[in-house]
Amino acid sequence: MIFEQIIFYLFSAVLIAAAVGMVTVRNPVYAALCLILSFFTSAALWLLLEAEFLGLVLVLVYVGAVMVLFLFVIMMLDLNTDPLKEGFAKYAPVGFGVAAVIAVEMIMVLQSAPFQIAAPTVPAPENNTEALGMILYTDYVYPFEIAAVILVVAIMAAIVLTLRRRPDSRKQDISQQVQVKRADRVRLVKMKSETKEQA
Amino acid sequence: MMEILANFFGAFLPVWMVTLLLILIKVVAIVLPLILLVAYATYAERKIIGFMQVRVGPNRVGFKGLLQPFADMFKLIFKEIVVPAKSNRFLFLIAPLLAMGPAFAAWAVIPFSDGMVLADVNAGLLFLLALTSLGIYGVIIAGWASNSKYAQLSAMRLGAQMVSYEIAMGFALVGVLMASGSLNLGDIVRAQSGSVFSWFVWPLFGLFVVYFISGVAETNRAPFDVAEGESEIVAGFHVEYSGMAFSIFFLAEYANMWLIAALTSLLFLGGWLSPFQGLTFLTDTPVIGLFFGDGIHWLLLKASFFMLLFFWFRATFPRYRYDQIMRLGWKILIPVTLVWIFAEGLAIALGWKPWL
Repeated sequence: MIFEQIIFYLFSAVLIAAAVGMVTVRNPVYAALCLILSFFTSAALWLLLEAEFLGLVLVLVYVGAVMVLFLFVIMMLDLNTDPLKEGFAKYAPVGFGVAAVIAVEMIMVLQSAPFQIAAPTVPAPENNTEALGMILYTDYVYPFEIAAVILVVAIMAAIVLTLRRRPDSRKQDISQQVQVKRADRVRLVKMKSETKEQA
Repeated sequence: MMEILANFFGAFLPVWMVTLLLILIKVVAIVLPLILLVAYATYAERKIIGFMQVRVGPNRVGFKGLLQPFADMFKLIFKEIVVPAKSNRFLFLIAPLLAMGPAFAAWAVIPFSDGMVLADVNAGLLFLLALTSLGIYGVIIAGWASNSKYAQLSAMRLGAQMVSYEIAMGFALVGVLMASGSLNLGDIVRAQSGSVFSWFVWPLFGLFVVYFISGVAETNRAPFDVAEGESEIVAGFHVEYSGMAFSIFFLAEYANMWLIAALTSLLFLGGWLSPFQGLTFLTDTPVIGLFFGDGIHWLLLKASFFMLLFFWFRATFPRYRYDQIMRLGWKILIPVTLVWIFAEGLAIALGWKPWL
């Protein structure tokens, strides 16, 4: 138990440090990396809580895919960090005000009735990936499928909105290339051999 | 063996330290052979490609060049690590470690033989997917921190390529876990026991092909090595790296190749299971039974076969163009996996599972 507590405090310290770093660091690439670190450590904390599916999916989706694209965009931009430093003192009170409101709201939500659940008397299932799958695909199958459809529609909308046809761009049509016959490319010409006098 | 060690250390150390120590011993027992395998994979690659191109390959250091990997290693260790001016020093130096960490950590859940696994977790497949998706950071950060156009371009290419092929790879794994009904790698192998014909490679042949092709693309090997296209962008994301920093990238790449090879054998070819399973006259004979029976040597043999494929591809295929890579990934591999998973789901729903 002591060992787990040591690990818990270690990861929590890293998580808080990374989260603070993400907000305070000047370099946007460092900020993104701090965010990745905080995702990763919170995934580790979830693993400690034996929520291995959630923890691994957090790493897989957010760290493995979403943050990669974030980093892409940030690295492609040539950000000038000087204007970012301006007006910190001016905006700081507003920022702290928003932070305080969010903190109060979260405390109120967590204190509310739905979160006041007694510890489960039945031991947690051994394999929570399987348990989660069972619940998602039986009890909550309609909400789950509807959420999936909404996501697909959103993806398609994004693709359609950004699709731009360029008639002048040359594309390779591989099926066309494969279907090419010799006759389409080579023309054999019969001609008499030339003699010296003709040349 | 482990119990003897546990009793030995338990005599004078607290329990949690014994656990930690045993885990560390197991880690060393996995990582050291792995590094040796990586070293000799480079030698094998040069010899095999040399053979295919009617050359001799390395033959100077040691008998038939067998000590060549060590010579290379010493050369790389003693080289200077040049940190480019105006590069981001911290990220530049940490990037190789970020590439190597996941490549080695993934081996924690690989079962080498029945019960021979460091962490027998029940979400092993998810763990693998999560860790292999982390390897990309080493590359992207290396590309950005080098402050070089070529490295940056290569990192972008590789990043997009890896994110794309991860999808096909994940879908191929979905097929495997549907057939085995488990995310635990040991259980997946055990679900394939019986005979050669109960290996998943037969019912899931399409997924097997897709998985290995995406594996080649994920490890950034020929013919998908646009990230290192020498003719266009010099040498890819590690142009600016030298000495040990470069060799760590190299180590990570080869460890990843071994990982893909081992995983393909585990998921589709029955891992440590012997192909002669069920032929009792072979497996129950005293001496040769050791070879023909199940064991770690079969995993090694199968993985080595896939390593041979990696080298073979490199020696024979021309490099894909970037748009062709994207087309293959998104328009061919992903639809193939989707159709295959759908058909497999149908087959399971119809109750064809034992033959599936």
